[in-house]
Amino acid sequence: MKEPFVRIIRRRSDTFRHKVLVRFIAIVLALIVNAFFIYFVTGLNPVDVYVVMFRGTFGNVMRFSWAIRDMVTLLGIGIALAPAFKMRFWNIGAEGQVLMGGLATALIMVYCGNSLPTPVLFLVMIVASVAAGGIWGFIPAFFKSKWRTNETLFTLMMNYVAISIVSALTNYMRGQASSLGKLNMGTQAGWLPKFLGQSYNINILIIGILTVLIYLYLKYSKQGYEIAVIGESENTALYAGINVTRVRIRTMIISGAICGLVGFLIVSGRDQTISTNTAGGNGFTAIIVAWLAKFNTFYMALISFLLIFLTKGAAEIASAYALNDFAADIITAVILFFILGSEFFINYKLIFRGKGGDR
Amino acid sequence: MGNAIELRNVTKTFGTIIANDDVTLTIREGEILSLLGENGSGKTTLMNMLSGIYFPDSGSIFVKGEQVEIRSPKDAYDLKIGMVHQHFKLIDVFTATENIALGTDKNSQGRFSLRSVKAKAREICERYGFDLNLDQKVYEMSVSQKQTLEIVKVLYRGADYLILDEPTAVLTPQEVEKLFAVIRNMKADGKSVVIITHKLKEVLEISDRVAIMRKGRFIGSVLTAEATEGSLTEMMVGEKVELNIARSTPSDVIKRIEVRNLSVINHEGLRVLTDINFDINGGEILGIAGISGNGQKELLESIAGLQRTISGTSIKYYPGENGEKELQLVGMNPRDIRNAGIHLAFVPEDRLGMGLVRSMGMDENMMLKTYDEGSSIITNRKLPREMAEQIKESLGVVTPSITTPVAQLSGGNVQKVLVGREISSDPTVIMTAYAVRGLDINTSYTIYRLLNEQKERGTAVVYVGEELDVLLELCDRILVLCGGRVSGIVDAREVTKEELGLLMTKYGGKEEG
Amino acid sequence: MDSLLAWILRAIPFGTIIMYGALGEILTEKSGNLNLGVPGIMYLGGFAGFAGSYYYEHLSPNPNGAMCVFVALAACIAASMAGGLIYSFITITLRANQNVTGLALTIFGKGVANFFGVYILNGASYTAAPLANSMFAARIFPFADKNAVTQVIFSYGFLVYVAVILAVIFGKVLNRTRVGLNLRAVGENPAAADADGISVTKYKYLATCIGAGVSGLGGLYYVLDYNHGIWATTGQIEALGWLAVALVIFTTWKPYNAIWGAYLFGMFYWLYQFLPDIMGWKLAGYVTDLIQMVPYVVTIFVLLGVSRRKKKENQPPESLGLSYFREDR
Repeated sequence: MKEPFVRIIRRRSDTFRHKVLVRFIAIVLALIVNAFFIYFVTGLNPVDVYVVMFRGTFGNVMRFSWAIRDMVTLLGIGIALAPAFKMRFWNIGAEGQVLMGGLATALIMVYCGNSLPTPVLFLVMIVASVAAGGIWGFIPAFFKSKWRTNETLFTLMMNYVAISIVSALTNYMRGQASSLGKLNMGTQAGWLPKFLGQSYNINILIIGILTVLIYLYLKYSKQGYEIAVIGESENTALYAGINVTRVRIRTMIISGAICGLVGFLIVSGRDQTISTNTAGGNGFTAIIVAWLAKFNTFYMALISFLLIFLTKGAAEIASAYALNDFAADIITAVILFFILGSEFFINYKLIFRGKGGDR
Repeated sequence: MGNAIELRNVTKTFGTIIANDDVTLTIREGEILSLLGENGSGKTTLMNMLSGIYFPDSGSIFVKGEQVEIRSPKDAYDLKIGMVHQHFKLIDVFTATENIALGTDKNSQGRFSLRSVKAKAREICERYGFDLNLDQKVYEMSVSQKQTLEIVKVLYRGADYLILDEPTAVLTPQEVEKLFAVIRNMKADGKSVVIITHKLKEVLEISDRVAIMRKGRFIGSVLTAEATEGSLTEMMVGEKVELNIARSTPSDVIKRIEVRNLSVINHEGLRVLTDINFDINGGEILGIAGISGNGQKELLESIAGLQRTISGTSIKYYPGENGEKELQLVGMNPRDIRNAGIHLAFVPEDRLGMGLVRSMGMDENMMLKTYDEGSSIITNRKLPREMAEQIKESLGVVTPSITTPVAQLSGGNVQKVLVGREISSDPTVIMTAYAVRGLDINTSYTIYRLLNEQKERGTAVVYVGEELDVLLELCDRILVLCGGRVSGIVDAREVTKEELGLLMTKYGGKEEG
Repeated sequence: MDSLLAWILRAIPFGTIIMYGALGEILTEKSGNLNLGVPGIMYLGGFAGFAGSYYYEHLSPNPNGAMCVFVALAACIAASMAGGLIYSFITITLRANQNVTGLALTIFGKGVANFFGVYILNGASYTAAPLANSMFAARIFPFADKNAVTQVIFSYGFLVYVAVILAVIFGKVLNRTRVGLNLRAVGENPAAADADGISVTKYKYLATCIGAGVSGLGGLYYVLDYNHGIWATTGQIEALGWLAVALVIFTTWKPYNAIWGAYLFGMFYWLYQFLPDIMGWKLAGYVTDLIQMVPYVVTIFVLLGVSRRKKKENQPPESLGLSYFREDR
């Protein structure tokens, strides 16, 4: 009998080398496609453009520092999502959870900034932001457990509820002013102190610690083990005596709480203000980061860095060649498409006619 | 009778498992052919290559003498081949008529109309004697109704060659009679019917010819008229193997678990267990026999704390001789049971979907039931690793490393990992569901040996099995389930295979009259 | 009364934008594909439609209205379907995760539209395609202004009516034709559909690409009619795209519900501006911001209600979000 031209079978095992190779090829192919795009749009030599792009992150120390600052924002949300995703709970609501955390921080800064002593103020800000993010994570998890409500759609909707609330309260806080501006500009109450010259260096530090902690949490803690089992099979979890409802809700509270904490870091350590753009779409991009990294927080750091490198690079191209920043979105999306598509070649194997099966 | 369908030298593998090895099989026009074989003998895989679900690795298929390629179910339908799968492939939210109308329809010309589909389907129902409400939604149907729908669907598509995969497994005796009646009607109408089954009685009752498969190979075919249960069994299991399972006389038998008035209603609202009463004793092996799907799963899961039972149910655990008070297990989940100090081991039917975590290695799977021990928030990795190494060693688990995901191991090795873990918890009770299903002889004997060792050291062993010979040679007592009730509890040394078969198919096992 | 009339006259065009987005996504989701790239597709469609008509208007020596409409529609549908095709290839053929691919498509669409949009803007903060706008916004019923009722029903550009007709066609196709039946089967239970000889891959591809084409029309309608033929770099289309995704849930995946649902969402969306007028309230700015969440909150309640009642007919398609591989075992 004639074989079909190509058959697809699931790979039973895979080597680390093969995985790395597939992803590497995907990124190279994506860069080639992007090079064509750059060439046809601008007529510029793509190699030159890539060199310019490189400068966006590595041009000087300040740029590198900013790149790391933006990277940790993305990474922070990515690691927040990791526990939820590992549990196969589709938390698409990071954007909203970050915003709620940021909002809680901003409210405390504005309304308690001058009345609380600094250490207490920070403590209250952190607790409030963590609680706000946690609540935003808790709600969909609760209903998922109670009525099996689809969490993808629920968390997605929660983002816009959060955006409305933030937009309303920033509007309320700014009063007659045209924009909110930096909060507590005069007193700088609630601003993270400068550390090695920048407030956001504290963000980098905290996210760095969290990256390690979440890695350890997922890999070595009992709760991390429970999460892994539930993600694999709820039946197995029940068999092992794991209280699925409890773990699901707990994990989503943790996921939301870390998002809330990132919201705190953005507001207190980076922007010193709040707006509907505080999360800036990072909540969505982080979903891609967390998924591609397969819940490993160190891979997340790598991927976040890659994405920020592209964004910064595209911005650099934009200013060097009078283009615009949106090139970053295109370049990023193309790379994402290629990496997403390349997963196929990690999980499956193509067998062409006449090449036999794997026995 | 001419040859309708021929499979020649067909081989199909899944990874390292050879599901069909060089199979040559003929299906004739207008016959009822039984495809007989034990679980895992490759019957379904073979037929799936006719219905377009799988594509053979090598070999060829001929329909009416012409070589064909069946790449998809659509190709199969074009060749007038239709299959009713064991797991029904119906759309829950559709009505019967809508399900029938699905796919490519050769019957209707011109405009699509559900009304004409329904009329045509009703015609089929009347012609063959099916009892089906065509406006009913599938999610409101009973299993038997769903099966009827599947068959009507296949006929509606103009299939002349019908393949039914284990059609009687889920039916009551009356429903089986009804099914056989329509199958005879179909034969009278000139259709060929292939019934995949492992039930000898039905084979002899319904078919014209029997083809036998064993371990992926085609063994041979005989005319039913010339076959007896004995000859078929021989072909099915191979040369008369004395199982020779070592069985010791139980000593120091003590009551471990007392089950009283156990009733279960599943989440589809069906009563799957009714008023079950029995004891599980330490130092003996209690077999549980029954046609699959007669409440075995729910019975074990009720004891293991995984199944909600109806009020009035009592499952008591007797800790031992030293006068400790018995414990009520109803209302406990597996962790509660563990925390109460009860070492209850359970080898579930779904090994990779319930007993183990697919993507984890042996090491991490070892701690599935013990990960929460101790007060530390960190899991203890050292013990599970040692345990994994030890089980790998003692049971001869073939795996590249103890960290290799268990999903990548062969079925036998997966089961060794699972049974090994459960036994090493030093249990006082161990329950196994279909512990040797799909395993090779050697591994099966390893499992028997392990269970016997458990029995000898005083553990209460429950063995849910499907091969009667094994039940008869391995167990001390056998509880037979029929329709979710205890049909009888018999002494495995006294009872005959026929008596068991009767208890399984008929509540109480009494002949009529 | 006047306020109510104005409110409705605003809500219906607004609803039309998201009706297109939602109709396309309903079709896509009925095949089991959860495409979170709707905002990106609406960007692609809106921009391509605008760019097509803009260049036609500016390059043709004697631009013709009908031709302008044709160019805009063709460009819009082609670009949107290309977006759908990217998504389909990655999720169906390469079996990548749907949520993540959809989000990447949203980034892509937003990037492409705004990046190339800059070339047309050429330094200006916005630019217009007046001919296309006049064609798309032209009232097709001459008697529209006779009274309030005729105004509410007849005073819009043709795409408003096309959306309603499309919704009816989609409803009919899904419920009354074999193609629709097969498509729903693919989304409910692809293995069963496959066993019935339905090409799961073909249906998924077609539903997703055609669905993308329809969603993209929402972007086109937004730019060339609702927004007066003006292109500017804003995040507005993205917000509309997500609202369309919400509307899909609100309709419980039924095209007929999309008609009234979309207009209701339009009413919700403009609630903050018109309700206070009608009731004579004076609301602070922040309250109006808060009112913007009403469509999403209502959608959440629908989602909760549907999952609580567990009525099978109102659930998302059973296999939504999952890819299908026949030999998985």
